Amino acid sequence: MGRRTIIPFGPQHPVLIEPIHFDLVTEDETVVDAVPSISYVHRGLERLVEKRDFNDFVHIADRICGLCSIQHAMGYCQALETVMSIEVPERALYLRTIWAELGRITSHIFWLGVAADGFGYESLFMQSMRLREAVLNIVEETTGARVIFGVCKVGGVRRDIDPETLKGIVQRLTTLGADLEELTAVFINDYGIKHRLEGVGFISREEAYTLGCVGPLARASGLDIDMRTIGYAAYQYLDVEPIVEQSGDCYGRCLVRIREIFQSIDLIRQAAGKIPDGPIDVKVKGTPNGEYFSRVEQPRGECIHYVKGNGSKFLQRFRVRVPTFTNIPAMIKVMKGSQVADIPNIIITLDPCISCTER
Amino acid sequence: MSEPQEIILIGKNELVGIVAGLFAEGHRLVQISCTTLESSYELNYSFDKDYRFKNLRFTVTQEEEIQSISVIYPNAFLYENEIHDLFGLTIKNISVDYHGTLYHTAIKTPYSIENCPVPVPPKPKAEKPQERGEPEANQQQPEASKQPEE
Amino acid sequence: MKSFTMTKTVIINLLKGPATLMYPQRKRTFTPITRGKIEIEYVECIFCGICSKRCPNYAIAVSKEKKEWEIDHLKCCMCTLCVDVCPKKCLLTDNHYSPLVTEKKMGIYKLGPAGP
Repeated sequence: MGRRTIIPFGPQHPVLIEPIHFDLVTEDETVVDAVPSISYVHRGLERLVEKRDFNDFVHIADRICGLCSIQHAMGYCQALETVMSIEVPERALYLRTIWAELGRITSHIFWLGVAADGFGYESLFMQSMRLREAVLNIVEETTGARVIFGVCKVGGVRRDIDPETLKGIVQRLTTLGADLEELTAVFINDYGIKHRLEGVGFISREEAYTLGCVGPLARASGLDIDMRTIGYAAYQYLDVEPIVEQSGDCYGRCLVRIREIFQSIDLIRQAAGKIPDGPIDVKVKGTPNGEYFSRVEQPRGECIHYVKGNGSKFLQRFRVRVPTFTNIPAMIKVMKGSQVADIPNIIITLDPCISCTER
Repeated sequence: MSEPQEIILIGKNELVGIVAGLFAEGHRLVQISCTTLESSYELNYSFDKDYRFKNLRFTVTQEEEIQSISVIYPNAFLYENEIHDLFGLTIKNISVDYHGTLYHTAIKTPYSIENCPVPVPPKPKAEKPQERGEPEANQQQPEASKQPEE
Repeated sequence: MKSFTMTKTVIINLLKGPATLMYPQRKRTFTPITRGKIEIEYVECIFCGICSKRCPNYAIAVSKEKKEWEIDHLKCCMCTLCVDVCPKKCLLTDNHYSPLVTEKKMGIYKLGPAGP
């Protein structure tokens, strides 16, 4: 029975992109317990629905998080459209899907860069960011900004993409795919990365299910939970297969995210081939009266938006349950029993998005 | 594009029994959320299995105590601590209890009924309500002042 | 056994050229729809104040009696809601970002009847 020391991890750490704090109780190098502590960026966004009417609140929902911004706006708009029984035109659904997949590519490439930086491979981090610039340029040309998209609104989308631009986007993404093959070959084959990631942070399939894991964390342990198969937005017309690995360790999560990038490029190509012509929005009349849970697949997992209206212009309640919040207990379970030097690796493969967690 | 979602109203004391049954059937806990009503709180437990969404719902007042389900579902402790910190409800026997230090906010329970009263819904009308120019912080006065007598 | 792998990498990198933008020698090209900053056609404005009431960040302040319109560029988050709701369509999005300032109150841009 060794002597127990408490090591504080975070909120400032070179590995973390956003502040989160863990108190690690260790006995000589093995972590015995971990106590998380959040609320460094709590902004109380859920109470802003009392002051902003439901049409304007889309702009606030966009800004809950920088990496998953379009999916938050999409989830919110979907919830309201179901409550008010609005039929969104098909072209708007396809456009939302294309932007959502572009957001997913951005987020996963960013994760690759941050993970490489976490192991110490700094120039690999810079190469990933360089490839991400190509995607951010596409986003800027079609929406107007690089990070916060600002294109969703209740009843459709605010901007259109013309067909030549769509063809250009597909071509550019195909060239990007070739560059990405080269980059991800390093992640998959390099001996140093494999040694640091294989066998680390293992979650078995049953544990992942009862602990409530979602997203790439669950899919790397063999669970095929992917909200896109429900068929919201234009996913009902596209061919989506959840990408599942059986290994359950950090290396498996890395592989899942890499394959999801290529799946997203393929989904954009499918959507650009099938997109119909037509209007991009419908006029919104009336006020929301009712409630609904809307489920969206963000880059980090399943996100739930709960909306409750009581007939006035201001919503009564808006609640977001983000995937990182659900994955934290699983992470704590994984951290018990691992070495202190593996903790940064485990936390990076969790992919925490703390500004979502404490909206 | 909506999927079928079930909402089941239960009593407060049946909660743990029904949750244990769902756990045995293989559901996973998705979320626990809380909404303020006129003078009570409404708790909503969501479960999912094979993409079918199921909700259990019941109402409590400020003084009542709720039994925690973190014995059955270990990941419920974060949701229950959050509800305790933001709404001020008492949940007993949580497996990891922060005693109010999970969220550090300027005021004690920012989402509870005293700090965040439920807005009064507008009276239903036969024709469309008029569009108002300025938003209000709280719908304290309903739009009855502009509506014609029914 | 592989030989000269590093030399191949070095030669490829030298021939490809720099990976960055080489700012400030080459300026960044903005797209036509980039959301840079909000500008107003002052002569068209009727000072109704709708942009000020709907702004999510309270960045715009309008005064009807003094005929003044001011925006705090540092608070504005470029959601372009004001551009959409203006009844006279006198608000525009410029595609260059607002200039850098050293103090918070220097970000306020005010237009009155006498000029800025």
